[in-house]
Amino acid sequence: MFIIGERINGMFKDIAQAIRNEDPRPVQEWARKQDSAGARYLDINTGPAASDPIKAMRWLVEVTQEVTDLPLCLDSTNYDVIEAGLEVCKRPAMINSVPAEWPKMERVFAMAAKYDAAVIGLAMNEEGIPKDADTRVALAMELVAAADSFGIPMENLYIDPLVLPCNVGQDHGPEVMQTLRQVKLLANPAPRTVVGLSNISQGIKGNRALINRTFAAMAIANGLDAAVGDACDEELMAIIATARVIMNLDIYCDSYVDIYVKQK
Amino acid sequence: MAFSAMKEKYSSQVHTVVLGATKEEGGTRDYTITVGGEGALPFLHFEGEVPHRPVVALEVWDVVPEWHESLAPYFGDVYNDPAAWAKKCVMEYNADLVVLRLKGADPDVADASPEDCAKVVKDVLAAVGCPLIVLGCGNPEKDSKVLPAVAEATSGEKLLIGVADQENYKSITAACIVHNHNIIAGSPIDINICKQLNILITEMNLPADRIVIDPTTAALGYGLEYGYSIMERARIGALQGDKMLAMPIICNVGHEVWRSKEANASSEDYPAWGDQANRSILWEATTAAALLQAGANILIMRHPKALALVKQNIEELMVPTSFDD
Repeated sequence: MFIIGERINGMFKDIAQAIRNEDPRPVQEWARKQDSAGARYLDINTGPAASDPIKAMRWLVEVTQEVTDLPLCLDSTNYDVIEAGLEVCKRPAMINSVPAEWPKMERVFAMAAKYDAAVIGLAMNEEGIPKDADTRVALAMELVAAADSFGIPMENLYIDPLVLPCNVGQDHGPEVMQTLRQVKLLANPAPRTVVGLSNISQGIKGNRALINRTFAAMAIANGLDAAVGDACDEELMAIIATARVIMNLDIYCDSYVDIYVKQK
Repeated sequence: MAFSAMKEKYSSQVHTVVLGATKEEGGTRDYTITVGGEGALPFLHFEGEVPHRPVVALEVWDVVPEWHESLAPYFGDVYNDPAAWAKKCVMEYNADLVVLRLKGADPDVADASPEDCAKVVKDVLAAVGCPLIVLGCGNPEKDSKVLPAVAEATSGEKLLIGVADQENYKSITAACIVHNHNIIAGSPIDINICKQLNILITEMNLPADRIVIDPTTAALGYGLEYGYSIMERARIGALQGDKMLAMPIICNVGHEVWRSKEANASSEDYPAWGDQANRSILWEATTAAALLQAGANILIMRHPKALALVKQNIEELMVPTSFDD
């Protein structure tokens, strides 16, 4: 499992301000920090406050690429904004995200095929987030079929079972775990899976990091491939490295945590 | 109905290591040898590139070896002269390269000084144009004196020097960095130590493409399968992106096989086992053939006839297969 660094997001004040002032320093600092902390992708989100999100996305992509070779995960509900970002990406990117809805899937998967991008597919549709695993898996199947019809290889499709905060949607926890396992049975080779790690603790006043870390370990045990999360949480990265060893994904050695962080 | 082969897709490949340096590159070799680079499991040409064929080396010692008498007709006349011996390995027996084992450095053998050892290495380099592998005597304390001296005396030759283990890797690594050589990182049939030692060596700033792994192998019938599974696991790890296991692999075949009863026992003592000379050659060649399938890149052989059989096997295995036609 790898982390898609979440920090370059206009929801954070320093990034919002950087976008407003066209000051690349905070963006580049977070790009470098997340890169050296072991992120494998960097999420790029202009946030709701950007006055011209297309321009902001392009700028964020460009200034980020100046300081890192990591691929980017372009995060927006506006597909014109994502396409603007894809046009300037130097390496194949990831699109974050598309629900199991037409015509959104058509737009996104066609775009992914054109730019050789990976796609995060959300197990939800017009009716919202399903309550149980079965409905999530059914929507995942729709995403798999749609992606396949556009020639997207399964290793480029990341199914997000959608996580709710554990204080409001406690009953979703086990359903998410079950979905992670069942998604792997939908195709051969199997699609990949992704979650928004911090969503599990959204709005919680207690120890959010503890909840995120525990969730990460449990999700890896259920086959999770990627998570949008805080790459700079050293404890989280160490837990991921350890869970990978326990799941026989990486071969153990005494420096396994360092190597997980450093090895790209 | 058309047959479509199930193909594994791998995200990474084995590192390549260049052995030897020509005059232009700062050495004196006539040619260099590149090993590694596979993008698939051994010889599965239809799944990925196998850009460099495995190579076979013959062993030369700096002292007269106490080898089985059946090897004497091949090397007996040069046992006393490592340079002539090396030349014979290359010119007469078609070895791709030569391994010089500095057995004489062992305090229990001849206790040769680091300077004497360096001189033998230089003599051998002068006698042959192929890249050279230099192995210490196996005494860690002595090797950590001898190998740096050899590295210094042959600066720039890009020898493959070993074996460095967890105890003595620092002095050997430092010498390889300063004098531009490659290193053999040895581990005792243990994938975790193998990976850790590679990390320790690269942390000293010797690039990963200057390391060759010696995972420790055994002869057929003596636990070959343990080494085999370690090599297989390292290869799969490398292909899946584990860069600290992605080094080419060297196997000490002759040394192991010629310690086995099957290679040495006489036909008189074991009539059912057949002729000792043929048996030993086949034992060595069969062990090597199995290790090739496990992912070996460099095989250190002892008997010239076993070497010839293995070379032929490699030629056959390197013919590309494809299911796309």
